[in-house]
Amino acid sequence: MSTAYAPAKTLRLLRFDRVQRTAHWVNATLFFILIFTAIPLYFGSFFGVVLPRHLIEQIHLWTGLSLALPVIISLVGPWGKAMRQDFRRINYWTHDEIRWIKTFGSSRLEADKFNPGQKLNAIFVGASILVMLVTGSMLQWFRFFPVSFRSGATFVHDTFAWIIFIVVVGHIFMALTHREALRSIFSGRASEVWAQHHAGRWLKEERQSKGGGESRAEEVI
Amino acid sequence: MPPESSEKYSKEPQKRVNVGRRVFLGVTALGALGVIFGNSAQNILGNVFGSGVGGLLPGGDRFRIYSITGNYPKISRERYRLVVSGLVDRPTTLTMDDLEAMPKTSFTKTFQCVTGWRVPDVQWEGVKLADILTHVGVQPGAVAVSFDSYDRADTESLTLDQAHLPDVIVAYSMLGAPVTTEHGGPVRLYVAPMFGYKSLKWLSGIRVVDQVEPGFWEQNGYPTNGWLDGSTGPTNPNPGLT
Repeated sequence: MSTAYAPAKTLRLLRFDRVQRTAHWVNATLFFILIFTAIPLYFGSFFGVVLPRHLIEQIHLWTGLSLALPVIISLVGPWGKAMRQDFRRINYWTHDEIRWIKTFGSSRLEADKFNPGQKLNAIFVGASILVMLVTGSMLQWFRFFPVSFRSGATFVHDTFAWIIFIVVVGHIFMALTHREALRSIFSGRASEVWAQHHAGRWLKEERQSKGGGESRAEEVI
Repeated sequence: MPPESSEKYSKEPQKRVNVGRRVFLGVTALGALGVIFGNSAQNILGNVFGSGVGGLLPGGDRFRIYSITGNYPKISRERYRLVVSGLVDRPTTLTMDDLEAMPKTSFTKTFQCVTGWRVPDVQWEGVKLADILTHVGVQPGAVAVSFDSYDRADTESLTLDQAHLPDVIVAYSMLGAPVTTEHGGPVRLYVAPMFGYKSLKWLSGIRVVDQVEPGFWEQNGYPTNGWLDGSTGPTNPNPGLT
């Protein structure tokens, strides 16, 4: 089997293992439920007939409360080795990567498994999940907070919702315009050719570890 | 790219910077600052630029439309009736014309929802509930007033003392125009010193009764006496709110 990106004999690198792919798609599903239930809650007055608001509220609440679970479960279990490795990759940056993000991607960089933009996206979304969880909980269990904090929590929840929406749209746009990267969140694998262009430093690491006879990369004939 | 850069990863991890922690803490700190100061920031912006700007900010100065049933009861001005009954000398059914013929009260207040959102400078116009109670004559033995809605789901209640507060009105005008359907028109209750859930929409009936009957939201956990300062006693120790 061969595609434009995968010549007859090439390394197919394991970019996302089964746990990561599952976590991603569960997370994506929860995000979509949250966005779709948020629209009528936020724009209630735009609809002549509102949807059953209480039901939508409950769906939004429980989806929101479970949003962090796919990330946490995939990180902490014995199955989470790849997830934990990527977690470290995303957090620890070289000075080249910092320069790259400061120059908006115009400085030279041999990219890690994820480029600094992707890393920043992951960190921001992770932090936002916490912010949304806390402010959303303040709105649900408002009795425990003074009114000014409730108003502040509403302000933050709404502002972050807008930013997250834009970031998610950007994420989907980048995925649709980078087909091989997109394919790897379905199949888990990416070609060497792709890695040479988009994740050079990671490719070198993978080749080194392959020399030690490990299974993260496999031969495809 | 110098080839040694890939070796740095495995051999010199101490050269790396934990950007993840910094950004994570930065974003969550922004969220916390927003919770603490977002309210006053919105107030300041609203005062500096006028309330119009506040409405443009996310989260600020805009109504969230709630409906218990998922529907808005649509009642025309002509068919609207307000039934006043219970422990009164003269049970009465009021039309829009009747209400508008009564002494008019108008004021501008901040509408504050118990869940945190609020809309400043909302203009209200209507009839003092106290005037309606005087009009029908409250009998001895009456303790509280219960309210019914055309949505057949929401109910509310006030003690007789609360019902006589000067900023508790039966409103037919809001935001400078007749109360719209989504805001509870043509006629709604507006209880200015309490959270928004007390201001029942699509007001259909006023019943003078001999005990406080907790309304829909009270049965779902909200305080029966939802004063804006957070106190929940039958009387409010801090007059002059909003």
